[in-house]
Amino acid sequence: MNRIIKFIVLDILKNKIVLVYTAILSILSWSVFSLEDNSTKGLLTLLNVILLTVPLISVVFSTIYIYNSSEFIELLLSQPIKRSKIWWSLFFGLTLSLLLSFFIGTGIPILFYAPSDVGIMMLLVGFFITTVFVAIAFLSSILTRDKAKGIGIAIMLWLFFALLFDGIVLFLLFQLSDYPIEKMMVGITAFNPIDLARILILLHLDVSAMMGYTGAIFKDFFGTSIGIFIAFIILFLWIIVPFLVSLIKFNRKDL
Amino acid sequence: MKSKLFILLFCSASFFVFAKKYEVGVNRSFKTIKAALAQIQNGDSVLVYEGLYKEGNIVLDKEVKLIGINFPVLDGQKKYEVLSIKAANVLVCGFKVQHSGYATLEDPGGIKVYNTRNVVIRDNILDDNFFAIYLQYCSNCIIKNNRIKAYGIEEQQIGNGIHCWKSDSLQIIGNTISGHRDGIYFEFVTNSIIWRNISATNIRYGLHFMFSNNDSYISNVFKNNGAGVAVMFTNKVKMFNNTFTENWGDAAYGLFLKEISDSYIFGNKFLKNTEAIHMEGTSRIKVEKNVFEANGWGMKIQASCMENEIVSNNFVGNTFDISTNGSLVLNTFNGNYWDKYEGYDLDKNKIGDVPYHPLSLFSVIVEKNPPAMLLFRSFMVTLLDKSEKIMPSLTPDNFIDNTPLMHSLKL
Repeated sequence: MNRIIKFIVLDILKNKIVLVYTAILSILSWSVFSLEDNSTKGLLTLLNVILLTVPLISVVFSTIYIYNSSEFIELLLSQPIKRSKIWWSLFFGLTLSLLLSFFIGTGIPILFYAPSDVGIMMLLVGFFITTVFVAIAFLSSILTRDKAKGIGIAIMLWLFFALLFDGIVLFLLFQLSDYPIEKMMVGITAFNPIDLARILILLHLDVSAMMGYTGAIFKDFFGTSIGIFIAFIILFLWIIVPFLVSLIKFNRKDL
Repeated sequence: MKSKLFILLFCSASFFVFAKKYEVGVNRSFKTIKAALAQIQNGDSVLVYEGLYKEGNIVLDKEVKLIGINFPVLDGQKKYEVLSIKAANVLVCGFKVQHSGYATLEDPGGIKVYNTRNVVIRDNILDDNFFAIYLQYCSNCIIKNNRIKAYGIEEQQIGNGIHCWKSDSLQIIGNTISGHRDGIYFEFVTNSIIWRNISATNIRYGLHFMFSNNDSYISNVFKNNGAGVAVMFTNKVKMFNNTFTENWGDAAYGLFLKEISDSYIFGNKFLKNTEAIHMEGTSRIKVEKNVFEANGWGMKIQASCMENEIVSNNFVGNTFDISTNGSLVLNTFNGNYWDKYEGYDLDKNKIGDVPYHPLSLFSVIVEKNPPAMLLFRSFMVTLLDKSEKIMPSLTPDNFIDNTPLMHSLKL
């Protein structure tokens, strides 16, 4: 398994796109921190990067990579290796290389300029978001054999989580504003990994506002160590569930 | 001329001769303070040496200088009011007053001053009292450099640190107050000054201020109190150079203004409060050269406020700079620095060329629909905010700073 992972990581690194991704992230992060006079504003800009760019790149790049390595997968299948082992190694290889580029590109500047609890939380959340969207890419690429369709599904899912979901929630909030929906809203965030990530960072970034009446409901849940623990468990589920579904499908698939 | 000088010398000498000193202590002429007080004439001094004095309620009804040496302890045993001052020109200094009684009808205090004037209470330690220092119907009194501490848990179970009622010309200077209901409480107190006090971790307000006109409070620190500082039903108050920090909670304000008029808020610092300033029904207030930093809301100005001027302040790193609850705007904003301002300055006069709308769409949404806070900083909301800034439709379009500064003021 290790040899396959090593092979995949090297293959991805040879593919220049990940290097460019690292470079772009790093230019962005360093410039953001050196241009703004206080690190909080820099973190705010990076928050948008983590919530939009990172998931997009992760999901699209992974989907395309999986489709492109279909011949490589078929070659491996002819060897005496278990199917699940191939799929796991592919997952680990992709995740590892994307995490590495995220860490080099964004993590180091964050640790350099803002090694506070907000910075650490942002880094953690960035790792999780990357992995979640790699897992979603695995799911969308196994759903269909058609490459265009698969990439389409991946982009649609990103669009849904990054934009549409919030729009729907805002709409619901206004439609149901006469009802006590606060607790339900906390529950709803569990259905979107990007929202979950955003709220985890928000509780550290806008702590004064979150201590107020409006934020109290979320502070009561996400502000406690149990709440943070549960939030991370849910993020972890967002990695495990899509990937396991794709694994089951891959094991049964007639290639 | 010479004879006059002689008379003057003689008089002052006679003052020193006839103003006697009484000493209270273990090996002194008096064993109890009460025994000494029974002997004295107006103008005498009583020196109290180290020790524990459990004498119930001590009443000072003559002009006396009661001076503690090495902080003798006056203990109320949780039953009595410890010191009751009922005469003018009294000085109390250097005592540790502790464990006053608790009674909701009589409001016993550690040191309570009744209907008098020219009383000085300074350099005392007040520990675990119901009310620490209580003044009623007093004038020209000085409360200075006292260290006041209590351990209240519930609002109903504990009194105020420095409680002033129906008084005039007081000076509250350099005291440290913590753990009481309100740190400093002013009701019907006029022409007074509150200067250089530190009021922290009180259960309700750091400073509670009602029906008290023509007062000023200057260079105080109000930190981490249950609900911050409240100034209500008052006019002509001056608030200079105070620091309001870490007043956090769902009903906590750095400064809560209700029905205030003709006042001046200058040079204060508001750091890390849930709401730095909350204004309700205030009019003709000038808010100038203050710093609002890292607050949840910089200012909440309700639609019931009018003719307030918000001038030359720094708004830095707040979640929301301004919020309001209606569309009526009768206040003016001018020459403030907003770190969220994205305009330009072509003529290089350090004033932005396009006006700034400090009211974001989302703050209006949150005001109407609190759970929407869940979506804060999401891409969708940022988009909505941006388009609203360019073409205001939901936010009042006259809510505007016409001369926003490009750089922060050095405050």
